[in-house]
Amino acid sequence: MTTLRKAYEQSYYPPIPTKLTKRFRTNLIWQFIRFVVINIKMLRMVRKH
Amino acid sequence: MAKLLILGGGISGHTAALHARSLLGHQHEVVVVTPNSKWNWIPSNIWVGIGLMNQEQVTFDLGPVYKKKGITYIQAKAVSIHPEGSQDNSSPFVSVSHTSPTKIGENEEINYDYLINATGPKLKFEATKGLGPEHNSLSVCTYGHATETSAHLDEAVARMKKGEKQKILIGTGHGTCTCQGAAFEYLFNTEFELRKRGVRDKAEITWISNEQELGDFGVGGMHIKRGGYITHSRIFTESLFTERGIKWITQAHVSEVEKNQISYEQINGTEGNEAFDFAMLLPPFSGVGMKAFNKTGEDITSILFAANGFMIVDADYTPKNYEDWSAEDWPSTYQNPTYKNIFAVGIAFAPPHPISQPKKSVKGTPIFPTPPRTGMPSGVMARIVAYNIADMIKGKESEPKRKASMAKMGAACIASAGANFFNGTAVSLTMYPIIPDFHRFPETGRDLNYTSGEIGLAGHWIKHLLHHAFIYKAKANPFWKVVPE
Repeated sequence: MTTLRKAYEQSYYPPIPTKLTKRFRTNLIWQFIRFVVINIKMLRMVRKH
Repeated sequence: MAKLLILGGGISGHTAALHARSLLGHQHEVVVVTPNSKWNWIPSNIWVGIGLMNQEQVTFDLGPVYKKKGITYIQAKAVSIHPEGSQDNSSPFVSVSHTSPTKIGENEEINYDYLINATGPKLKFEATKGLGPEHNSLSVCTYGHATETSAHLDEAVARMKKGEKQKILIGTGHGTCTCQGAAFEYLFNTEFELRKRGVRDKAEITWISNEQELGDFGVGGMHIKRGGYITHSRIFTESLFTERGIKWITQAHVSEVEKNQISYEQINGTEGNEAFDFAMLLPPFSGVGMKAFNKTGEDITSILFAANGFMIVDADYTPKNYEDWSAEDWPSTYQNPTYKNIFAVGIAFAPPHPISQPKKSVKGTPIFPTPPRTGMPSGVMARIVAYNIADMIKGKESEPKRKASMAKMGAACIASAGANFFNGTAVSLTMYPIIPDFHRFPETGRDLNYTSGEIGLAGHWIKHLLHHAFIYKAKANPFWKVVPE
């Protein structure tokens, strides 16, 4: 979907994820770790109220 | 015996009712007045809007829950507040008009000792000509709207399967909209769904928004630490749009929605049109339009409500320039300064000013997001107000002592970007505080140790978990208090 062929258009400038980055987004082991980490972050937020 | 009257049975009103009921003995009465018979977990309406859930999965009947908890439930719409009573009624009261099928149209006066206004917003579709499901665009603001939107999406997909190209337009339908996050979620869930149904190549998807830049979300965006840099959410949001092949139009006020085309104006004066085959555009919000009267029947609406219809609370409403805004401007107890037994929570309270910097177009049209105050913050402020009122009813305190300023409160937000247990994703955001405080955090206005964002499957799991956890809590099932707001 992403193409950088069209120079100077709005989609020319933003960073786009590499294949590895995209793979990590749905890697079950890595995402389980992130699930724990995000929940801890959210609980820290709740405790600050 | 004291009587607490709560107007509204949405996320904030329902939260306040459950907490108040659990804190007050049964010699005291808790009454909820709400025009709807169902409670709706609104964040999941986006999944109804793409056909992934039906409305029964995001709603439940309020009546049985209130009966179980000993809360008096009146299905009615609040019309006017009489904080001093009237010539015939010495008690403060609210005039309501019944909406249940058996009593529809009947009027009643409901007395109170304490009042919580948690009515939520009026969906002001009429602010833009042609906007809304009754006219030329769709919405996911209610479960009914979302169900209708899902049917229209199915029709668009059917046309794409026949080989037709479709223009999909999603975003905000007016220059002063809020809740960009909901439209963002619907945008990415639609894109994901079109890929899943094998027609993504037939769709040209465009986002239109009143945000100054992508990633603003009505809170001025947020900065997070990533890769050795402090980076604004604009960068990550533009990245996501580019990755998914979505075009964007920002700084836009939609001035008219015609059958298959919108007209819009941008801050720099540019005027344009955008054609569409399917458009989901959020409306701006206002207060629900309640009036207020004193004992002699004189209209005191302007004492209780700001011009936008939201209720005046303990905020600093002095008009100030953006540079002079302070975290201290924001309310902390949500108590009306004139009538101390009246409180407003959730969307119903009037914010002192926006969070994003206000902008006007060269023609003078305001184009900027109004402040979001839904979800987690609305639940927290509802709980705090319920505790404060319970303390005052029980004589422990003479004034509200607990505080829940959005300038001292954090928020966690999970924005779905595609719903699937194995390849779905969601953006997980945490920010502290919600209102930037440049006095405490001079660099970015927020604590970078508590402000974060990432996208991944874990976010989707959490979003799904929260769906079930919050509905469990709202049904007041055993240990409901363990689930935080």
